[in-house]
Amino acid sequence: MLLLIFILPLLASLAVAFSGKALSKWVAFGSSLVTLAVTLLLYSNFHADAAFVKEWKHSWVASQNLNFYVVVDGFSIWLLLLTNFLMPLILLATFKKEIKKANAFYALVLFMQFGLNGVFLSWNGLQYYIFWELALLPIYFIVWLWSEEADKAVRTRTAFKFFIYTLAGSLFMLFGFMYLFSKSPSLDLQDLYQISLNSNEQIILFACFFIAFAVKIPVFPFHTWQADTYRVAPTAGTMLLSGIMLKMGTYSLIRWLVPIFPDGAAFWTPYILVLCAIGIVYGAIIAIRQDNLKNLLAYSSLSHVGLIAAGAFVLTREGFNGSLAQMLAHGINVVGVFFIAEIILNRTGQLSIDTLGGIRSVAPRFFTLSLIVVLASVALPTTNAFIGEFLLLFSLYQYNTWLAVVAGTSVILGAVYMLRMVKKVFLGNVSNRTQSFADLNWSETVVFVALIAVIFVLGLYPKLIFDTAQPVFETILQTASR
Amino acid sequence: MTGLYILILSPLVGFLINGLLGKKLPKAVSGALSSVAILVPFFIALNFFLGFNSGTQVKIDQDVYQWISIGEFNIGFGLLLDQLSSLWLIIITGIGFLIHLYSVSYMHDDEAFSKFFAYLNLFVFFMLVLVLGNNLLITFIGWEGVGLCSYLLIGFWYKNGAYNDAANKAFIMNRIGDLGFLIGIFMIMFYFKTLHFGALKEALGSVHVSHGLIIAITMCLFIGVTGKSAQLPLYTWLPDAMAGPTPVSALIHAATMVTAGIYLISRTDFLFLQAPETMTVIAVIGAATALFAATIGVLQNDIKKVLAYSTVSQLGLMFLALGVGAFSTGVFHVLTHAFFKACLFLGAGSVIHALHGEQDIRNMGGLQKNMPITFLTFLISSIAIAGVPPFSGFFSKDEILAAVFEHNKVLWAVASLASLLTAFYMFRLVFLTFYGNFRGTEDQKHHLHESPWQITVPLTVLALFAAIAGVMGLPEIVSHHHWLKSFLSPVLTPNPHAGHAIGNSEEWMLIGIATTLALGAISYAFVKYISKKELPAAEGTLTGFSNLVYQKYKIDELYSFIIVQPLQRLSVTAYSLFDKVIVDGGVEGVAIAVMSIGKRVRTIQTGNIGYYLLMMVLGIASILAYVFLK
Amino acid sequence: MSLLLNILQVVPMQYYLMVSAALFSIGVLGVLFRRNAITIFMCVEIMLNSINLLLVAFSTYHNDSNGQVFVFFVMAVAAAEVAVGLAILVTIFRNIRSVDIDDLKALKN
Repeated sequence: MLLLIFILPLLASLAVAFSGKALSKWVAFGSSLVTLAVTLLLYSNFHADAAFVKEWKHSWVASQNLNFYVVVDGFSIWLLLLTNFLMPLILLATFKKEIKKANAFYALVLFMQFGLNGVFLSWNGLQYYIFWELALLPIYFIVWLWSEEADKAVRTRTAFKFFIYTLAGSLFMLFGFMYLFSKSPSLDLQDLYQISLNSNEQIILFACFFIAFAVKIPVFPFHTWQADTYRVAPTAGTMLLSGIMLKMGTYSLIRWLVPIFPDGAAFWTPYILVLCAIGIVYGAIIAIRQDNLKNLLAYSSLSHVGLIAAGAFVLTREGFNGSLAQMLAHGINVVGVFFIAEIILNRTGQLSIDTLGGIRSVAPRFFTLSLIVVLASVALPTTNAFIGEFLLLFSLYQYNTWLAVVAGTSVILGAVYMLRMVKKVFLGNVSNRTQSFADLNWSETVVFVALIAVIFVLGLYPKLIFDTAQPVFETILQTASR
Repeated sequence: MTGLYILILSPLVGFLINGLLGKKLPKAVSGALSSVAILVPFFIALNFFLGFNSGTQVKIDQDVYQWISIGEFNIGFGLLLDQLSSLWLIIITGIGFLIHLYSVSYMHDDEAFSKFFAYLNLFVFFMLVLVLGNNLLITFIGWEGVGLCSYLLIGFWYKNGAYNDAANKAFIMNRIGDLGFLIGIFMIMFYFKTLHFGALKEALGSVHVSHGLIIAITMCLFIGVTGKSAQLPLYTWLPDAMAGPTPVSALIHAATMVTAGIYLISRTDFLFLQAPETMTVIAVIGAATALFAATIGVLQNDIKKVLAYSTVSQLGLMFLALGVGAFSTGVFHVLTHAFFKACLFLGAGSVIHALHGEQDIRNMGGLQKNMPITFLTFLISSIAIAGVPPFSGFFSKDEILAAVFEHNKVLWAVASLASLLTAFYMFRLVFLTFYGNFRGTEDQKHHLHESPWQITVPLTVLALFAAIAGVMGLPEIVSHHHWLKSFLSPVLTPNPHAGHAIGNSEEWMLIGIATTLALGAISYAFVKYISKKELPAAEGTLTGFSNLVYQKYKIDELYSFIIVQPLQRLSVTAYSLFDKVIVDGGVEGVAIAVMSIGKRVRTIQTGNIGYYLLMMVLGIASILAYVFLK
Repeated sequence: MSLLLNILQVVPMQYYLMVSAALFSIGVLGVLFRRNAITIFMCVEIMLNSINLLLVAFSTYHNDSNGQVFVFFVMAVAAAEVAVGLAILVTIFRNIRSVDIDDLKALKN
């Protein structure tokens, strides 16, 4: 069953690639539903207060002690759930759209799901690295070939910059793994958790890994690929990138970075937390005056993920749990807000918020559902993001009061830019661009309702997350304080 | 406990039905449904209240379920019902019901009728969560939730850009305060390991923390309070919030939400009593706000704006009471204020309704003939707020002044001055609106009418309470039993710093002064606006200091200049200069460097095969040489 | 077979080395100084064969057949290479009527 989670998308990807164009989206959607069902089935094995682990190990290159090692525990199951829950919704979000070479597009999306699930399941360094890069390939093509940017040069350049930037970051990680391989009996995670390196090695290796993750997340100042890529990419691609792919980075901070290099973490943490705090405020401030909706959301995302990253380094239960809760919340909410952008782009043909307005009058259902998603992304209590933000800010407070205050200003600034956006897009009088704005159809409504249901379930009953993840975090905390 | 569940969930159900099915329901059903959704909780709340009063009801403090539990932290989703929250329940559901009833008529012609009621019900739900939460985080849910509803209702007429700005401003200013509140919560969580009110009170005795920390915690909570309860310096959203429909102003921005700050401080009084410095700050801010807002109120011409500044000013008085440690007195004023201010707002709404949206008192006048009930109730409430005995406002205000007098004479003088101004501007309002000749258009004059029963009944009920609610707390010189004080005594901590009770003669003197001031101010207003028939200056004719006051001391402009504009400029600069040029320039710089190196190195490739071969041979030869000669 | 072995062993090892080195140098110099692509090609073959000679010689000397196996590989690859290389040269000649390597600069710029 464990293997099914990433074999299914791979097989489906191949099937879609060779299926007809009309059929492809249904095959893709169907397979993503089956994958979700399998993931849920897997999740049903988890019970509160019992550390459950399911693993599958196969010797790959026996002489070098390289294993194909797949493990799911109470932490990674949530990332799998997030990925496989969002995937059908992201697919559904594209249904209304005419997509050229649809079978290739859907095959790439499913291939990406394969890579993402692989990253979250991998328990071996090399295998993890391979999946990490595999997940990058399809999104590069998606950004490049299915972009809605009219200017072809901008499109190519942006996709290329994104690809090179993240690949360059990953190379540092590859170097790190090579070094670890020379020092450790194997690259299996439990061996790496016991590896003993002197503090100089740790400081350098930590930096190598951190750069790879920081580019992907992105942490200030490694973020400059982000806004352009989010804007240029087709919205499904943006959702994949911001909703799931950057969680690879934040997940890895907790799973790989901090426990393997405790001394490195101790050395770098103050600097990283300052970077995160800068990123949180910086992204929020820039978002205040953005005119392009996707740019605005990209910078708001920069602000949010800074907080998630910070939570991983405080080394407290609240930090880890908050980080996980916020990863899930951000994944869901950011897909929601980019879906808003997608709908607006589809119907009005552009994203400049200054030229919109009055959508509330013509599409009340769209407005109401969007407002809930927007409020969730500004972390109103009872929504999922509040839990994460509360725990993360508290864990920052545990580390340093002023850092929490600085990061806390994002609570205010978040309201500033999001409400400005709501006002300019939805409120006021209809403009000639929004006059004939149609309200949501059934597939769009389904996407919103599914997202909103999860927003409230996780906001009102976050115990679901903490119960399964807590034992894992205890282990990681112990490992990180060895 | 079941009663409590019904009480808290009933408005939520009302919200869901109205929100999801509202458009399909007839208006009458929609309005009736949401009114019943508040009426049911009212009876339950009344039952609780009477139970507490007769001593049969015991305190309920119970977690419904574990909300956030990590390691040593257990934050339950829990409810707390005691005397303090039962008082608020009565206000929220009682006045809430009257205002729902009022809105059925007031909002009758609005196309988004059911949405309005959905929002109102949601507001009531969050307000109930706020006052029933048994720990700070649940209170915080309600705290932000009512802020959301306030945002939705201020911007209810969303086609108007200025209204939307007012809504955003309210939400953002509240958020500034909320950050303070959150930081306060963090400190409490970090040092006391609990957010539960009861457990916190116990932990305060057992955990040893520095005095400075208690000051920091209470100051942070108070920052949160200044946002929600519109105190200096975060008050500017409240006058703008009058953009919302008038029932909203009455319910949210006068009677209930803005008093959440008083609730919070009374609920955590044990913390605040440990920090006399914070108490002093609260008292000073309260007094300053009371006077500051009262001066602005004197010169405003918009009937709702006057009431809004009056609300800010009255809230200032309540905080002054809290600041001198008279918690029950602050609560007393919350109760009386809820009655008369809700009545005033609803009366103003009735007037605005009759005049088809006219809000400028310069275009009113003589309405007492056409709208007798509105006039009478408005007058009663004005007398109450002015502090003329034996109306309710007199008792609560007198109690505040007495408590302040024994604490600090300067603050007492400031508060008395604010009360004097209050009496003046309220009667300026009454005289200009209801006396003299009608100054509006002919068209408006023809349509003048008394409002229907859904509007007059709530007005009458509220006016009745505005008149008699003073019996809850008769002063010592009249009665030996102060009902409210003894009712709240199980909840509120007795103030250890309270000085000696002032003597009877001093008390009489204070009452005399207060009454004289109020009557004097009313007489002055009478002379000015009835005998001399003066009118407020037309737009743009004021000069000097009065113009500055009329322009609300230009505080909005000041904030815009020192905060909003720099922030926006920073945003633009950070994006176009810092992000695009410096940070991204660095990244692009690496790429450009690589490309230019490539360009140079490229010239080595001449394209001549012979040259390549030569290089290859030389290369092999030199490698071999290196290997052998090493 | 044993006779052949004897003959090979009679001739001392350094002779093989010298011949091989001489052949290799001829090949190298030819590659460096001739301009005709076919000649260069033949010189490359000479170099390969010089190495082959060396491999065979050492293989016999050490009594290890691996070297001879290797020679077969080299020959097979060389044959393939000749086939492809000559084909390319023929195509080039058809196009530019010359196999002078100084004329082959089309890849630059």
